[in-house]
Amino acid sequence: MIGMAHFLTVAAIIFAIGLYGVLTKRTIIGILMSIELMLNAVNINLITFSHFITPEALTGQVFAIFTITVAAAEVAVGLAMVFRVYHDRNTVHAARLDEMHW
Amino acid sequence: MNELAYNAAFFIFAAITVASAIGVVTKNDLVHSALLLALCFIGVSGLYVLLQADFLAAVQILIYNGAIAIVFVLGTMLTRRSARHGTNDTEKNIPSRLVAVVSGLFVVVTLGVIATTPWHYFGEGVVEDTPSLIAQFILTDYMVAMEAAAVLLLAAMIGAIVLAKGVEE
Amino acid sequence: MFNQYALHHAWLIPLLPAFAFIFVGFFLRRLPAVAGFVSICMSLLSFILSLGVGYGVIARQITVDNPLVQKIPWVSIAGFQADMGVYVDPISAMMLVVVSLVALLVQIYSLGYMRGDNGFGRFFAYLSLFAASMLGLVIAVNFVQLFVFWELVGLCSYLLIGFYFNKVSAREAAKKAFITTRIGDFGLLIGILFLQILFGTLDFQQLAATVPTYVMQHGTALLTIVALLIFLGPIGKSGQFPLHVWLPDAMEGPTPVSALIHAATMVVAGVYLVARAFFLFSVLPDAMAVIAWIGAFTACFAASIAFTQRDIKRILAYSTISQLGYMMLALGVGSVTASMFHLMTHAFFKALMFLAAGAVLHALPEKNDIFTMGGLRHKMPVTFAAMTIGVLAISGIPPFAGFFSKDEILLAVAQVSTPLYTIAVVTSFMTAFYMARLLIVVFCGEEKPENQPHEAPLSMRIPLIVLGVLAVIGGYIPYANNFGDWVRFGAAVHEGIDFSVAATSTVIAILAMCLAWFIYGNGMVRSDKISRRFRIFYKVSFHKYYIDELYLWFNHTFVDGFGKLLYWLELHFVEAILIKVAASLPVKLGNVVRKSQNGNLQRYGLVMFGAMILVVVWLVLLNPLFNGVAGGAY
Repeated sequence: MIGMAHFLTVAAIIFAIGLYGVLTKRTIIGILMSIELMLNAVNINLITFSHFITPEALTGQVFAIFTITVAAAEVAVGLAMVFRVYHDRNTVHAARLDEMHW
Repeated sequence: MNELAYNAAFFIFAAITVASAIGVVTKNDLVHSALLLALCFIGVSGLYVLLQADFLAAVQILIYNGAIAIVFVLGTMLTRRSARHGTNDTEKNIPSRLVAVVSGLFVVVTLGVIATTPWHYFGEGVVEDTPSLIAQFILTDYMVAMEAAAVLLLAAMIGAIVLAKGVEE
Repeated sequence: MFNQYALHHAWLIPLLPAFAFIFVGFFLRRLPAVAGFVSICMSLLSFILSLGVGYGVIARQITVDNPLVQKIPWVSIAGFQADMGVYVDPISAMMLVVVSLVALLVQIYSLGYMRGDNGFGRFFAYLSLFAASMLGLVIAVNFVQLFVFWELVGLCSYLLIGFYFNKVSAREAAKKAFITTRIGDFGLLIGILFLQILFGTLDFQQLAATVPTYVMQHGTALLTIVALLIFLGPIGKSGQFPLHVWLPDAMEGPTPVSALIHAATMVVAGVYLVARAFFLFSVLPDAMAVIAWIGAFTACFAASIAFTQRDIKRILAYSTISQLGYMMLALGVGSVTASMFHLMTHAFFKALMFLAAGAVLHALPEKNDIFTMGGLRHKMPVTFAAMTIGVLAISGIPPFAGFFSKDEILLAVAQVSTPLYTIAVVTSFMTAFYMARLLIVVFCGEEKPENQPHEAPLSMRIPLIVLGVLAVIGGYIPYANNFGDWVRFGAAVHEGIDFSVAATSTVIAILAMCLAWFIYGNGMVRSDKISRRFRIFYKVSFHKYYIDELYLWFNHTFVDGFGKLLYWLELHFVEAILIKVAASLPVKLGNVVRKSQNGNLQRYGLVMFGAMILVVVWLVLLNPLFNGVAGGAY
């Protein structure tokens, strides 16, 4: 019987993969993709809980819709920033954008 | 529902999702990664269907596959140099093995939490017609959040345009 | 009726000049005429009120044993209570009259003396504040109020001595006066704190009531130290040895200020403090002996310096120190009456002499060496007469004011101690000599053709005349009216005139004046011959016993040496070791930590997630308490 734990496990694995990507990818676009993976993992969790724990309320699903909205906005702004950075510096490598440190 | 079919569907979708996710982060070519990402999204929407969130499954396909994945491909093409190979390399200064270990630890810990938490199940309720129910929620209880999300999207759109276009100096 | 009003509104007496200070100092500084008018009006009102108080004291039979005290609470905290108020008894009433009178006359005098000066308004503002502080000091009901006004007096002396602040010597003198008196004030403050600790009150009346019983129970040892600490204040303020060095330098201020400082305010504050706190000193024979001997020594010592000085104001300054020594001596032998009497007559004749000296300096600007003057009696008859009266008064020639008060002191001293009496008599000889020398050298002899003296203007002559009259009658009238019945401590004493003492001092004074005449007047004995024969004494006296040099040497050797030591420590220990270590430690630490701050986002993310996992492991999996809470949520 497939239960809640299975879905949660899949979500955890996807999240970990996304985490790995965020921390290792060289280009900003790659990092953004990995972030999308992590957001999807979160959505899976939300809908899983909604399905198994509050099946009548659907709040998890509503929440997932908002997450998707934010994710869409994030991708739009993120990619715009990538274009901007690429235009200004001719690179999309995260390691080159290190003005944050002293 | 036929339980065997359900189980089989879950494992197929889970395998698609996980495998394509791994592909996203390991492929060297950004276009490949983007396409695998689209595949991953489809797998996730399959999982949604199994969780009886049919509306969200549709939204997932529409937004993630129809918009986000496409935007990624576009972005990839717009920032690409001559060769496609190596556009999605792994950063060399990062200890990727250590990151892998940390990520693995994350899964282990999460599994531990899932296993030790005493969940209180409410059984599997069946909800008919989720879109209308969600619509009711969004337009009544979550009205303010919905409006805020709309404003956020508008702001993001304007911001994206300004950023991408560049400000006249 | 008026005396009734004055008695109950005695607090107005210091307040009126204080108002004058505020108005003049803040609003009228640029209007000299108005400034002078306002200040003098306020001083006049305050003098009239003081007269009312003085009359009221006599009419209402207010004696030192039943003073009229009005006070309001000022500071009240647990264990400490201080009032502000008015303490009217014959002593303070006498002081009020003297101080306000001299302040008034000095202000009138300044109208002429300071005419055309740039700082005219400022000068009157300071004078008013000075008078206000001194009057406030006189009516103080407790040590706190007294100390506040005491310090205000010190501040005013600083401002006025340094009045010509673009003159280096004036600035230095002002600083010297302030710092030197501060040494004494420090002792005074500690003494006051001791009194608060010992008795739990600083109110004069309460202290006077409790001190005798305390002495009976606990003896005098500790209280003697406290009394001597308090006495440090008068030593500084009243220019007693060894803190007298500021007083001669205070001559850098305008001459009216010198008159005010030396005659009525500032320096007599110390004497007044001892008299006011006499309930304390009188029960401590050791402290009394110290006061008497310091007074006697100062009197003699200062007189011997005045012998050889050539600056007219410096001679007067040393004579002031000497006369203050007399007052202290009188207090030390237990006679408040004599001391206060001398304080009053001294205020008259010393103010007179200073104002006369001011008239001389006004007539001969840029000169202060008495040997460059001479023969001024023809051109400045009023000044000459004033100075003559002053000299006769201070020398103790009957019937001038100084005779009665000095005689009273000598009498009181003679009854207590022969050595002190001898010193006092020798001092009176020296006093008569150097004062006569001053008078003869400045006013008699040949006129110097390069000098173009002129008589002082009317505004300066009026105070001279008033003070001259007072210096003549100011001794006999109080004497004849039983001054000792009113101003006293303990039982009233009727001394009368002891003719052996009076005759001795008079004869000695006349002898000294004759000697001065022979040396400086008709040149029978050449002064330079004497000074050559007694070269060492001359030099020592001329250089004021090298006290200033000693202090300078002490300063250079010890204070500067200590400073150098600290500087060396700073350079070679603090800076070299402490600061370097303290500075390099964060740098090294920073170099270590800096490596983790490489600006690489992904490394930050790695650390963040790693830490998050650890936190989750610790919180959720290892902590049973949290586990229970999380589990109970659903």
